[in-house]
Amino acid sequence: MTDVLNAIVLITNFVLVPGFTYGSQLALGALGITMIYSVLRFSNFAHGEMMSFGAMITILVTWWMQSHGISFGVLPTALLALPFGILATIILVLTADKVVFKYYRSIKAPPVTLLIVSMGLMFFLGGLIRFIIGPNDQRFFDGERFIMKARSFKQMTGLNEGLAIKTTQGITVVLAIVMVAFVFWFLTYTRTGKSMRAYSNNEDLALLSGINPERVVLVTWVITAVLITLAGTLYGLDKSYKPFTYLSLLLPIFASAIVGGIGSPIGAILGGFVIAFSELFVTFAYKRVLGYLLPEQMEPDGLMQLLSTDYKIALSFVILVLVLIIRPTGIAGGKTL
Amino acid sequence: MKKVIMTAALSMALAAPAFADDVKIGVILGYTGPIESLTPDMAAGAELAMKEVNDSGNFMNSMTVVPVRGDSTCIDAQAASATAERLITAEGISAIVGADCSGVTTAILQNVAMANGIVMISPSATSPALTTVEDNGLFFRTAPSDARQGKIVAEILMERGFKTAAMTYTNNDYGKGLADSIEANYKAAGGTITINAPHEDGKADYNAEVASLAQAGGDILIVAGYLDQGGKGIIQASLDNGAFDIFYMPDGMIGDSLPEAIGPDLNGSIGDVPGTDSPGAATFETMASDAGFKAGPFAPESYDAAALIMLAMHKSGSTDSQTFKSHIEDIANAPGEKIYPGELGKALDMIAAGKDIDYVGASAVELVNGGESAGNYREIEVQNGKNVTVNFR
Repeated sequence: MTDVLNAIVLITNFVLVPGFTYGSQLALGALGITMIYSVLRFSNFAHGEMMSFGAMITILVTWWMQSHGISFGVLPTALLALPFGILATIILVLTADKVVFKYYRSIKAPPVTLLIVSMGLMFFLGGLIRFIIGPNDQRFFDGERFIMKARSFKQMTGLNEGLAIKTTQGITVVLAIVMVAFVFWFLTYTRTGKSMRAYSNNEDLALLSGINPERVVLVTWVITAVLITLAGTLYGLDKSYKPFTYLSLLLPIFASAIVGGIGSPIGAILGGFVIAFSELFVTFAYKRVLGYLLPEQMEPDGLMQLLSTDYKIALSFVILVLVLIIRPTGIAGGKTL
Repeated sequence: MKKVIMTAALSMALAAPAFADDVKIGVILGYTGPIESLTPDMAAGAELAMKEVNDSGNFMNSMTVVPVRGDSTCIDAQAASATAERLITAEGISAIVGADCSGVTTAILQNVAMANGIVMISPSATSPALTTVEDNGLFFRTAPSDARQGKIVAEILMERGFKTAAMTYTNNDYGKGLADSIEANYKAAGGTITINAPHEDGKADYNAEVASLAQAGGDILIVAGYLDQGGKGIIQASLDNGAFDIFYMPDGMIGDSLPEAIGPDLNGSIGDVPGTDSPGAATFETMASDAGFKAGPFAPESYDAAALIMLAMHKSGSTDSQTFKSHIEDIANAPGEKIYPGELGKALDMIAAGKDIDYVGASAVELVNGGESAGNYREIEVQNGKNVTVNFR
């Protein structure tokens, strides 16, 4: 019995807990991608750098608060700074929309043009961020680091294996659930949410029934900005903030959105978890898990690892390709690309 | 007419080299990149030697040595080669102190230094592959090969009773070379490496890597990486999920910034870094603190690299690499009077007088295997958030 428990704890510690955290971060990012795609009808490549921007502002405000002795007790100060980050990101995306995207929308540019334009914005933002905060690792975490330490878990339960849960992992999952619930409530029950869905389904019909397109666009950007800042800050808080990593994060986020079905909010969340867990489950070495579960003489000598961790990133693309071939609309049936 | 102009232009181009009494020496180190916290002290070490020679006033009929810094980035071979090319063609340097990391050092040596016939002495490139690389007699290093470090690591681990170890290395020439050497030596000494897996630098998340290291298990985790990069990420992630709580850190991981960043959890971890208890090391430490920098990892080696270049130039009476390259080994090795840091002026006088010298310097230099340091190491233990030297090997 203890062996089974040990095996469960082992998987929980190294796959489930990190998977739920990473999945939530991807889901928040993919939700933003999907919102922009379904309402504004283009793939926003600047998404990663926008996340980085939101996180950067949050970090700067956090530092300012820390230097003035403001703290949030056991929770990281960054949570207090988050509203400022969100506000700055809203201003950023609205400015970007007014200066850049609005013109291309008004001339009814094809999605590919908008995609390329967003890449331009991506490079600009990347430069701006490196100019302001530099290319290095930044630390801004404070407060209690762990909800559960591996060592105290072992003492508590008497098991061989430890289970560690970081504060940031808890915060990430809780905030992601709250945010996702809010977005669903907003889209389903509010008038503005309904008008957004109408606009997304059939633009001409929506315009005929008197929906103000500029208002829909504005609300979409504002909600996306909140998602962006949350995703960016939570990722930075949980792992580490480094501008470059947000560029590479763009790939799994897009993979999540497409795997889940682009344009479908449920799909974005599903996609995020599918990508996160498949990365972790496939690259995990099962040696010790099997060691606990199998009788002693059958204990494996090798690592029992399906794929070296080097191929982690490649895995999301394999899934992406499979989904595009077998079910181009994604798991939850979004739009075809 | 056209021909005349061409000839005139050509002769001017050929006559261009800098002032006759200036010798420029390039100091090509990774001022940006994964070991950027170490390089300022390394460059300061090399420049201290040049200043000392200039102050003595007897370098090759009172010529002046001018250091020229260039960024190797530590990891980007193309950028490093371009830097070296620029320093040689535009700045007219006569020799190179550098580069730092093994990959870029190999790239500069093969693409630029050999093509231009310029001597380079690296203070910190430790890949075993550099021992056998073709170099036309132009490449030396004051750092020992990792073939030697592997032996030291195995010794330290066995002495402290670590019989099984998991190992991860940064996925480049340095990491791979060192990891292979550690694995071979550790196995020969009776230890077991449970896993030998690479990690990539510059990622935010090392959870998956740590998960597979943890499954392989072991008494200790050997992290052959860089302290400002993936190495730090691996250690942090291992501590966070309780995978390992004691680490072995080879030379690329030793620096003040790591214990500072990780905090008290790193106490008790061990490591090694080139260094010696010879009197030269202590002298150099005082000289460094007087000059306003720290004798950090590889700073003594940098001082020695610069000193060897200048002494060899002085002995051959030429700043031409092809001429002075053959004198570097006689200067570094016996016979002759031992020369320690701070005695470069005296060494110049003795060479001028035709006497033999044996340059010991700050890192007890002894060149073997065609121009690399035989290797002395300090055994490090992290105590109260500081890297403390507990033993010399």
